[in-house]
Amino acid sequence: MRKDVRGNVSRLALRFAALGYLALLLLLPVGFVFYRAFEHGAGHAWHAVTTHDAVHALELTLLISAIAVPANTIAGIVLALALVRGRFPGRGLLNAVVDLPLALSPVVVGLALFLLYGRGGWLGGLAGHGLKILFAVPGMVLATMFVSLPFVVREVVPVLRELGAEQEEAAETLGAGPFQIFRRVTFPAIRWAVAYGVVLTTARAIGEFGAVSAVSGNIVGRTQTLPLYVKAQFDGFDTADAYASSVVLALIAIVVVVGLRALHPREEGAR
Amino acid sequence: MGYLSVVVLLPLAALVWSSRSGGLAALWQEATRPEALAALKLTLGVAAVCALVNAVAGTGIAWVLVRDRFAGKSVVDSLIDLPFALPTIVAGLTLLALYGPSGPFGVDVGFTRLGLLLALLFVTLPFVVRAVQPVLLELDTEMEEAAASLGAGAFAIFRRIVFPNLLPAILSGVALAFARAVGEFGAVVLISGNIPFKTEVSSVYIFGQLQSGNGTGAAAVSVLLLAISLGVLLAIGAFRHWRTRHDRA
Repeated sequence: MRKDVRGNVSRLALRFAALGYLALLLLLPVGFVFYRAFEHGAGHAWHAVTTHDAVHALELTLLISAIAVPANTIAGIVLALALVRGRFPGRGLLNAVVDLPLALSPVVVGLALFLLYGRGGWLGGLAGHGLKILFAVPGMVLATMFVSLPFVVREVVPVLRELGAEQEEAAETLGAGPFQIFRRVTFPAIRWAVAYGVVLTTARAIGEFGAVSAVSGNIVGRTQTLPLYVKAQFDGFDTADAYASSVVLALIAIVVVVGLRALHPREEGAR
Repeated sequence: MGYLSVVVLLPLAALVWSSRSGGLAALWQEATRPEALAALKLTLGVAAVCALVNAVAGTGIAWVLVRDRFAGKSVVDSLIDLPFALPTIVAGLTLLALYGPSGPFGVDVGFTRLGLLLALLFVTLPFVVRAVQPVLLELDTEMEEAAASLGAGAFAIFRRIVFPNLLPAILSGVALAFARAVGEFGAVVLISGNIPFKTEVSSVYIFGQLQSGNGTGAAAVSVLLLAISLGVLLAIGAFRHWRTRHDRA
């Protein structure tokens, strides 16, 4: 009996500590930015996010994501298939390379692109042929692709592994071609994992700061994405604008989290 | 494969190549400048503290999310993913708004190492929680009940039965959190104030060198960070490999 009471006390203490930690670290700060953004009224906040520069920054962010996310989705599926079904030397190394963007500093990514496409870099000559990569959208797209590459691969690999190759082999003996096998057998099994990975990729693509910041040149109204715009407004003491644009990004993040939640049970059900 | 080469490998090869272009001596000189060394020491130190805090807090949160029952648990569970979804610059801004110089509580962690740690804890929160949660879900409670019926206390049960089962998951979560903390830029750039020798971490140092046109200095420190990231990933991979072989035997 006394032991039960003690068990309950420690359970409640742990619950209180865990929720308190989350509240202080996550919930209160994010909530407070919402408060700050709307403290002068919703009209003020709306005005702040509909200025010419803010709208352009949002459009550019979405444009870059619209290129990087589909590219990484297709590449992610192909890489996952190669990692799970392929038999070739260096698979372990490939595995580490695919994970590298998760562990590598985004600033290092930006610098690497800078050195590759900059003056004196191996591909620095492209700028002379009218193909401007640095301080322009292509460089920002490349930076975004780099940092958001692993997400689809990481979600699809475990599902492919659990699925096994039997069904695909059965389809092959029945005379199905590789494309038909993928469309009819493999893809239906991995589609929820792909969707989950796409949501994570999109979140990362929209929010990337360090890598994009290093290659963009941060030209207002030209190469400034929304995260860069937030930083610029904050540095320029336009904190109200920075808070309002942060709320736009936070709302996107909340949609992402809800989307992940909605996809998760289905993914479990598919297994 | 070609895609991977163009997007990931080619830029990294260019980085390593140009870091060596001035010769190894120049590279060493750039990497061991006092400001660069101070930044690297701070980066590794604060990332280590961050990883340790995550090991404890992450395991605790995972435990509460799996074993405890309370209203709104699924909302809290979703909340864990927020740091993955929220742009890092916004994460830094939110922390600075609440705990910075103009915050409502009168605490000011702006431009301090504590603020740096707070920003890193924010962005690395999900790693340990999401690594431990599935393992804890699959862990059979029968062993714990047996131990309890034999008179083991809650702490002894955790230390002798639960903890050894969770340890691999905790370690891989901690390793990823450490790697992320070493490289983080967006969340710390506002809150740290970037004071050399005090709150300037390596990623911010690299960015500063790049902005001021010192590509060699930036590349030198970058190659070190690249080596750390690769090292952490290979360690996780080797550990997993060793464990699967170990389990089969």
